[in-house]
Amino acid sequence: MLPYPILTISLTLMWMLLNSFSLGHLILGALVAVFASWAMASLRPDKPKLKKWYLLPKLFFIVLYDIARSNLAVAWLIVRGRTEGRKAGFLTIPLEIEDRTALALLAIILTSTPGSVWMEYDSYDGSILMHVLDLKDEEDWIATIKGRYEKLLMEIFA
Amino acid sequence: MIYPAADLSLPVALAVAFFLLVGAALALIGAIGFLRLPSFYERLHAPALGTSWGIGGIMLASMIYFTAASSRLVIHEILIGLFVTVTTPVTFMLLARAALHRDRTARSHGVPRKYPIGPEERPREDISDEE
Repeated sequence: MLPYPILTISLTLMWMLLNSFSLGHLILGALVAVFASWAMASLRPDKPKLKKWYLLPKLFFIVLYDIARSNLAVAWLIVRGRTEGRKAGFLTIPLEIEDRTALALLAIILTSTPGSVWMEYDSYDGSILMHVLDLKDEEDWIATIKGRYEKLLMEIFA
Repeated sequence: MIYPAADLSLPVALAVAFFLLVGAALALIGAIGFLRLPSFYERLHAPALGTSWGIGGIMLASMIYFTAASSRLVIHEILIGLFVTVTTPVTFMLLARAALHRDRTARSHGVPRKYPIGPEERPREDISDEE
């Protein structure tokens, strides 16, 4: 009956956030969510295999902290104006994750972090091309992405 | 019932002002960067300031203000933050890939090119028996 339980719960929660937390809206929202998840099921998307979902909050807070830090770094770069020492550039990073949901999540994390934009994923050799605003230390970027995000994502989407 | 802003207690008013100013300042700096950074790829990074903690700060300020002013929990702003975070990377990626495709087609310098011919024409053995 419920092909995508997480989607159904999220939709119900969103309905109640937008209206109000009452029994009537719980029933109405759940009804809408059930029909919406049936519609989703008829599209037959890949079902994400969440193995260690309890690690998601940890990932969330790590990303929140990193985004705040890079916000400050990029804001400082812009305020300081043009400098000679800064070098922006492209960066190719080989990845090991292949799960599509995990890749999508990584793309969102990297792109919504100021200072790095995901440009393309090459499924042929499993590498991504990124553009980085402050390419001071290439190794450091690769180590951050592989050690900080990829490892955690691989644990979550095992 | 929403109380007027002047009736807010000092700590709440300070918190609202702080987050509002942080969010607005980041959005402004992002806009300045969007105007001043030299190349297209670098300009792509600046608006991310406004769409990450720029929207985050204003969202937090709004949540604190309306929760205090209407004395009930108002947190549906989280949805704005969530949807902005999930959808803006799509736009950024679309713009970035369009620029990359243009530069590769124009044989521009400084654009990484993994394969000597265009990426569409790369040798692929793995799909030879499809279609």
